[in-house]
Amino acid sequence: MSARATWATAVRVLAQLRRDPRTILLIVGVPCLLETLLKEIYSGRPAVFQHVGGPLLGLFPFVSMFVVTSVTMLRERVSGTLERLMSMPIGKLDLLTGYASAFAVMAVAQATLVSLLAFGLLDLHVAGPRWGVVTLAVGNALLGMGLGLLVSAFARSEFQAVQFMPAVVLPQFLLSGILVARHDMARWLQIVSDVLPLTYAYDALAGIVRGGPYGGRFVLDVGITAGAVLVALALAAVTLRRRTG
Amino acid sequence: MRDLRVVRGRAVVLERLSLTVARGVVTGLLGPSGSGKSTLMRSIVGVQRVAGGTVDVLGEPAGAPSLRRRIGYVTQAPSIYADLTVRENLRYFARLLNASLEQVDEAIETVGLGRHAGHVVGRLSGGEQARASLATALLGSPELLVLDEPTVGLDPLLRRDLWDTFQRLAAAGKSLLVSSHVMDEAERCDRLLLLRGGRLLAWGTPAELRERTHAQALDDVFLRLIEAQ
Ligand SMILES: Nc1ncnc2c1ncn2[C@@H]1O[C@H](COP(=O)(O)OP(=O)(O)OP(=O)(O)O)[C@@H](O)[C@H]1O
Ligand SMILES: [Mg+2]
Repeated sequence: MSARATWATAVRVLAQLRRDPRTILLIVGVPCLLETLLKEIYSGRPAVFQHVGGPLLGLFPFVSMFVVTSVTMLRERVSGTLERLMSMPIGKLDLLTGYASAFAVMAVAQATLVSLLAFGLLDLHVAGPRWGVVTLAVGNALLGMGLGLLVSAFARSEFQAVQFMPAVVLPQFLLSGILVARHDMARWLQIVSDVLPLTYAYDALAGIVRGGPYGGRFVLDVGITAGAVLVALALAAVTLRRRTG
Repeated sequence: MRDLRVVRGRAVVLERLSLTVARGVVTGLLGPSGSGKSTLMRSIVGVQRVAGGTVDVLGEPAGAPSLRRRIGYVTQAPSIYADLTVRENLRYFARLLNASLEQVDEAIETVGLGRHAGHVVGRLSGGEQARASLATALLGSPELLVLDEPTVGLDPLLRRDLWDTFQRLAAAGKSLLVSSHVMDEAERCDRLLLLRGGRLLAWGTPAELRERTHAQALDDVFLRLIEAQ
């Protein structure tokens, strides 16, 4: 591991994002818009907004970073820069941690700004600590990034990479329990959701929204989410090949 | 390199290829489109999966981690970040190589991009992008430069300057392997490797090849070698 290579990569990825203000605007603006919409749609039933708004805040970065990462990494593969990097003295883990650091910075910015809006203007309440929501949001961003890196290995074009979003993200989202409580789902759907990482990320967020308890179940949810991040990154590292056909 | 065999997709691209590239000179790798030049270069750099044979580079097996500092590689298509400026690109690669910032400016000057250093690569012309890509390979003073068609699309003046640079680097003890389609560039190489259909057709200095084929222009040399086959 080389801190210099990791740092250089993080700075480079952030510089690339900075050149693309529209994407930054989308990353921050879309969640703000959706939270506002949610509030307005359920203006007659404010309890729904209070129930869903918090977890959604923590899950947005998962979706954004999944899309941004899979496209960025695909470009890296297609443009030949990955081939160049693989012929240079940079470890695969340095590259991935560089990416992770850059997207974590983005996720902190995204989650903070959306929180300011939701807690400040939209009167969203969570019983637990707000920083807990932001922290989990960053964790979910890294999860989205790990999965995004992974699927970029299977996409041949940016079009395909974007199409992975509904394929990988939406089912996890629907099954996580955010829309329908998991115990109300059919048995087989529960079993499927048991193996999807977002289920645990949602559970942890819902725990904070409720204000606890922060016992074994909560620790397990957070642990599984963190574990899923590491597994996704490890699998992504495997898809980075020094030698290709 | 001994008995190198490379299969890409279903096709055998290189078959039982054995050759040696001399140190401290400019070696030209010539051959028609699809003859396997890029594949051969990728094998030397260690990014090509090979099906058989051995490739040794600077005394170590190709792809060895210690070689990654000692080889500068330019892919055929410019491989730099289109959304960064020339200087930002070079700074990133320089940081990875632990090369100094002076080297960044030097490399930019060498390829004649001084005026464009602060421009975003995606908005440069194809030839300028190719030069920016070439500049990154000069960072970190590599002992071996593997350049895949570095002068395609450049004007004659700039091409001459770059070939002067290549020869200067060789005179300073570096080894260069440069692929090209263009026969007049072959004149500027110390050694030539002629590749055809994944096999080595001929090798030697330009003078040796002329003598062997009794032809003057290197184009004719190539044609006669094919006919003699
Ligand atoms: N990614 C790939 N997958 C499958 N086959 C490939 C791939 N890249 C190249 N080939 C095949 O390998 C052969 C040699 O390709 P290569 O790129 O090495 O040729 P080249 O001599 O560099 O050609 P050019 O002068 O056009 O750059 C070609 O027949 C090509 O079709
Ligand atoms: Mg080629």
